[in-house]
Amino acid sequence: MTIDASWYLTLAAVLFTIGAVGVLVRRNVLVMFMCIELMLNAANLTFVTFSRELNDIGGQVAVFFVLVVAAAEVVVGLGIIVAIYRRRVGATADDPHELRG
Amino acid sequence: MLHLAYLIPLLPLGGFALLAVAGKRIGNPVAGWIATAAVAAAFAMSVIVLVSLFGHAPDARLFTQRWFTWFRVDRLVVDVGLRIDPLSVTMALFVTGVSALIHLYSIGYMEHDEDYAKFFTYLNLFVFSMLMLVLSSNLLVTFFGWEGVGVCSYLLISFWFRRPAAASAGKKAMIYNRIGDGGFLVALFLIFERTGSLDYSTVFARLGRVSTTDLVAIALLLFLGAVGKSAQIPLFPWLADAMEGPTPVSALIHAATMVTAGVYLMCRINPILHAAPDAAHVVAWVGVVTAAVAATIGCAQTDIKKVLAYSTVSQLGYMFLAAGSGAYVAAIFLMLAHAFYKALLFLSAGSVIHALDGEQDLKRMGSLRAFMPLTAGAFFVGWLSIAGVPPFSGFWAKSDVLANAWAVSPALWAIGAATAVLTAYYMGREFFLVFMGDPRWQGARPGGEAPRDPGWVMGVPLVALAACSFLGLFIDLPFHPTWAFLERWLQPVVGASLAVHHFGVAELWGFALADVAFALLGIAVATAVWRVAANRPRLEPRFLLMAWFVDWSYDRFVARPGALVASFTASVVEARFIDGAVEGVARLVRGGAERLRRLQSGYVRTYALAILGGIVIVVTYLVTRAGS
Repeated sequence: MTIDASWYLTLAAVLFTIGAVGVLVRRNVLVMFMCIELMLNAANLTFVTFSRELNDIGGQVAVFFVLVVAAAEVVVGLGIIVAIYRRRVGATADDPHELRG
Repeated sequence: MLHLAYLIPLLPLGGFALLAVAGKRIGNPVAGWIATAAVAAAFAMSVIVLVSLFGHAPDARLFTQRWFTWFRVDRLVVDVGLRIDPLSVTMALFVTGVSALIHLYSIGYMEHDEDYAKFFTYLNLFVFSMLMLVLSSNLLVTFFGWEGVGVCSYLLISFWFRRPAAASAGKKAMIYNRIGDGGFLVALFLIFERTGSLDYSTVFARLGRVSTTDLVAIALLLFLGAVGKSAQIPLFPWLADAMEGPTPVSALIHAATMVTAGVYLMCRINPILHAAPDAAHVVAWVGVVTAAVAATIGCAQTDIKKVLAYSTVSQLGYMFLAAGSGAYVAAIFLMLAHAFYKALLFLSAGSVIHALDGEQDLKRMGSLRAFMPLTAGAFFVGWLSIAGVPPFSGFWAKSDVLANAWAVSPALWAIGAATAVLTAYYMGREFFLVFMGDPRWQGARPGGEAPRDPGWVMGVPLVALAACSFLGLFIDLPFHPTWAFLERWLQPVVGASLAVHHFGVAELWGFALADVAFALLGIAVATAVWRVAANRPRLEPRFLLMAWFVDWSYDRFVARPGALVASFTASVVEARFIDGAVEGVARLVRGGAERLRRLQSGYVRTYALAILGGIVIVVTYLVTRAGS
């Protein structure tokens, strides 16, 4: 039994929306970070889906790149988050808004 | 020996350079002697050149000496060099001669001045500029000298620049001259445009190609320059203010350099004036009106030097009358005679001022004849000479001018003759107020020593100039053609221009007797009126004292509106429009930034939302476009 590609794409769209809404509405930096990862992986899912549908290995290669970049991004991002948490306990994403112009 | 001519201007230039570099170290009085020696040597060179010029045939007395090419732009080639001909040598001779005497006199007059060396530095530069003006072979180099005397007059008039009056008088001379210089410059452009050259010989040779209208324009523009430099109507008020300078400077400006430059220019361009008779008429009329107006002003002045200043304006008017009537020889003759007696009068006045510790008010002088016999005698000679009493040089020169004016128009002659009466009168008034009557200076000098004649350094120039004022008559005598030395000498340059030869013997005697009668009439009136009383307000109306309100009206109608416009632009245009534009731009940027920075709130979610919104818009656009 084969599952139609539209299911994957729908799932990817749902995941992306959850991620986007999460970034916009949550103030906990860690949760926002996880939401970003969610969006990235939604995009990955789309890539893989189309790769299989179109028999093109390029899509899966792109996923590898995204995963590598995401791993690097996690390192930097978590580093920043840990640094912020060290300065103030229970900081939210709105706290460092003194960086405004 | 003619090649030595280059030394004539270079000697004063050398003196200037030496004093400019080391004047302070050389000090008083050696700096003065160096400057005097430089000018005296230039005078000796002029004599040598004059003598060698005599060795040539009258028609071959024109030599040009090319020094170097100043600059070359397309067709315009300007050579710096000298033009040695009878006219320029005559000018060089009397410029250096009178200047040397004035330098000598200044050694005594300026002995207590702290800027002694600087004074002689300027004097030498002044003489150099004047010599370049008269000797140059090129109109542009003449203009260089023209500007040079302008600058030097500014420096010397405001020599005592700590006095506000002197500083502003210097500026005034500069500004009035600028107006004339504008005319000169435009004339140069026009001459170059029409003839393709600025060299005198080339320009004169190509005059045939130029239309009469252009010639009239050129002549009038050059005359505008001469009006500024020689203080004619309407640009004369600066010369009276120029009296703020030290008295030797007044003598130098009035007698030897500067103001005679305008008359020289008119004589130099005589081929142009000859070809443009309309312009010549303008010159003659401006000259005679200036002569009359300035003479009336001279009747009411109370400053010993201002009387002489207006008398110079008046005499210059006579010279322009002569030049405009085509009698260039008469103009030069009067210029020479005037150089002698006006330098004499100024230096005598300087002696009086020196002896009275700077007093210049005629009303606080008097009776000085007894204390300063030499000065009084010198002034007396100058008075008779300027009044036109025979046999002094002024009589012969003025007769020449008036007779030639008659040949052009009796009206010119009549105004000139009336001016002659006034001349004799106002100089007589000055003589009586200074040297005769009761002493009115004692109150001003309580316990001071009595005024006395100056020492020999100042006395020698007085005697020499008095002698010249008398002997000047031998320059040009009308009795016989062979005796008219100046006329024959200048003939290669200005042509046979005198109208005197068209008159019969009876007419000549008539003119001579009339001139004597005018002079004696003026002297008689002055004697009757001023010998006894020093104060006659009705004869010194405010209108004349204020110089016909010319200066006043320039101040009122030109200077003050100008100042108003300036203050308007400073306070309104500058503040509102210019600063407003600059500050407006700054305010616009700042205001825009003020609003834009609100966007950068620092909240990550706002940015994320903006990114999302942007993506939605872009995707929507792409999708809808792809669909259509």
